[in-house]
Amino acid sequence: MTKVMAQLAMVMNLDKCIGCHTCSVTCKQAWTNRAGTEYVWFNNVETRPGQGYPRTYQDQERWRGGWELNHRGRLRLKAGGRLRKLFSIFANPLMPSIQDYYEPWTYDYDRLFSAPMQDDTPVARPKSLITGENTKISWSANWDDNLAGGPELAPADPVLRKLSDQVKLEFEQAFMFYLPRICEHCLNPSCVASCPSGAMYKRSEDGIVLVDQDRCRGWRMCVTGCPYKKVYFNHKTGKAEKCTFCYPRVEVGIPTVCSETCVGRLRYIGLILYDADRVAEAASVADEKDLYEAQRSVLLDPNDPEVIAAARAEGIPEDWLEAARRSPIYKLIFDFGVALPLHPEYRTMPMVWYIPPLSPVVDVLSGTGHDGEDADNLFGAIDALRIPIGYLAELFSAGDPEPVRNVLRRLAAMRSYMRRINLGREPDESIATAVGMTGERVEEMYRLLAIAAYGERYVIPKAHAEQGARLEESMSGCSLDYEGGPGMGGPFGEASGMPVPVAVENFHALKDRQTTGALVDPEDRQNRVNLLNWDGKGTPDGLFPDRNGRKQP
Amino acid sequence: MNALDVVLWVVAPYLAITVFVLGHVWRYRYDKFGWTTRSSQMYESRLLRIGSPLFHFGILVVLLGHIGGLVIPKSWTEAAGVSEEAYHITAVVLGTVAGVATLGGLAILIYRRRTVGPVFTATTRNDKLMYAVLALVIVLGLAATIAANVVGGGYDYRTTISPWFRSIFYLQPDPALMAGAPPLFQLHALSALLLFAIWPFTRLVHMLTAPVGYLTRPYVVYRSRDDQRGSRKPRRGWEPTR
Repeated sequence: MTKVMAQLAMVMNLDKCIGCHTCSVTCKQAWTNRAGTEYVWFNNVETRPGQGYPRTYQDQERWRGGWELNHRGRLRLKAGGRLRKLFSIFANPLMPSIQDYYEPWTYDYDRLFSAPMQDDTPVARPKSLITGENTKISWSANWDDNLAGGPELAPADPVLRKLSDQVKLEFEQAFMFYLPRICEHCLNPSCVASCPSGAMYKRSEDGIVLVDQDRCRGWRMCVTGCPYKKVYFNHKTGKAEKCTFCYPRVEVGIPTVCSETCVGRLRYIGLILYDADRVAEAASVADEKDLYEAQRSVLLDPNDPEVIAAARAEGIPEDWLEAARRSPIYKLIFDFGVALPLHPEYRTMPMVWYIPPLSPVVDVLSGTGHDGEDADNLFGAIDALRIPIGYLAELFSAGDPEPVRNVLRRLAAMRSYMRRINLGREPDESIATAVGMTGERVEEMYRLLAIAAYGERYVIPKAHAEQGARLEESMSGCSLDYEGGPGMGGPFGEASGMPVPVAVENFHALKDRQTTGALVDPEDRQNRVNLLNWDGKGTPDGLFPDRNGRKQP
Repeated sequence: MNALDVVLWVVAPYLAITVFVLGHVWRYRYDKFGWTTRSSQMYESRLLRIGSPLFHFGILVVLLGHIGGLVIPKSWTEAAGVSEEAYHITAVVLGTVAGVATLGGLAILIYRRRTVGPVFTATTRNDKLMYAVLALVIVLGLAATIAANVVGGGYDYRTTISPWFRSIFYLQPDPALMAGAPPLFQLHALSALLLFAIWPFTRLVHMLTAPVGYLTRPYVVYRSRDDQRGSRKPRRGWEPTR
């Protein structure tokens, strides 16, 4: 008997990512536009090859995130076991400093308005948000965007350094692509395992990994534990924060902010069923190159009657099972076989998967005067252009080029097959057969990847109505009559006191916006009147602003 | 025994204990979100890597020493075959080493707090008060030990201070025992009472949630949306309905 659990998972189609950072910006606006999280990007987009964010986070010999096998072949945290964690709790030797991320800054905008009349145009100097002093901006979350500073910065890419010298030289014919990253919501999360307080947990309903802000004591071990460095330390509140998979949104069936706003429509969200009892076993296979297959083997076929029966026995609701059957994630991983996990060698069983980009191959091919969409040319080039393949393999299959090659061949086949159709020629079934697919399947994949209809990209079952009262937001036990600014006013400064639930914060922000005339925080805001609700009779309190500090009658 | 002795050695300790206990209960109920170490490691880790372990391990040994000296009666150690001489030498050597490590660590941490810009910016008035009281307690304690038992002729606090300490918990306080103790020990005890009284309202609360449970719990924690509320009680009228 298997222990079936459901997991919300994501797939990103890197071929369609144009590196516009819309996902990062909307995520930041939604979640981390607060003091203490200025440097935090739950979603970031990095250019590969590049150092990433935080710098060289993939170098696990340095940062020691994720799991490794001990001499008996059993999983242990790479940064050390429980005792070692407790002994290094007073000063975590493996924690990135703010400089490894970047020192957040603002500008002294007021100078632009308050500077006296002078010959020179006043400038707004950058001010560090950490020290408050003038600063020189020298790094950011995407400083090496589009290979900026390539020859100096890119060689420090830990993934690139794993490739042989010969490949490095060939890298001179530069290739690049974008890698948007969020928390992987792993099946075997090393951040959760690293948390001494037990404040981090994986939700048993949908597998989202969260930090209990009431229980977190700021021991910072999760930051070290996560090999993707996707748990962040809020330096104002002294608590860990991370990507929430936008749980308030997915609970009501709408996609995460990063997915919703993705202009390339390259993100897919859906359910995956997996066998929780087999996770540890699969994560501890001896050869890193087998981890990709092992990870696939943990996932269950939602159409298998035995799986369905076992899932029912675990209390997974019918509409969730239906969603699992319609899951685009399952299709991309299994039916089409084009999605690969990011860094399976960390042994955390990541649940945000990627379709590796074919574009570097097509670009190089077209650049050399070949027909970049001809099936034979493409198939040949995928094997000939070892550089991108080797690089992609280090990212998505622990260095084994075979899975990446298979995916790229399928993507190439789809291009060539569909081009014939678009040009009005006969469909060439042999192209599909060459990659172990049928023409029908290729067209199905084309529909999901290229048309990417909203309803097919996002199959998100709602959290259950009968669980309604137990949902996150109504759970927090705070009524809407909350007073005062968000996150402020606790007995020990801004970090203390009851946290404000998102819905309450939004409610008050909206209320303020509707009842205020000023752009920012007017002092007499409480006295203002929403003219939409004014019936034109009399002069209610706050209809006119205060004069001489006295309230108008 | 005069009124002052009663105030200092009976009233004050019970007040401090009450504030310590009720303060923690109150803080835990109303300010779980503020219950954290408020680590500043992100800003600076070079000095912290020396100072923080030095201080924390030092003070843990000091804590063990206090348990050994205050809680365990002299008759017990003697019954266990530990001579006065052996106890005295162990206590003085261990205590001095741990005390110096603690004080050295604290000095590094305070120096860091004052000189490293971002760390100083993140220091609240509450922190400053706490550091002052904490440093005072440690300095007085170390001074008392050194004055009495290293350079001085030796003072057996296990016949006066320890019974007084235990008498408080027996609810039969005996202020006379403490009234005769050397002034440095008295000051150390009083400053410690002050520290206990402000403890629940400072960042020191993190000590009570030292994560020893980590040693025994399974690595990966699963929680249902059902018990998302954790240990927080819903407000009246907002209890979940089934």
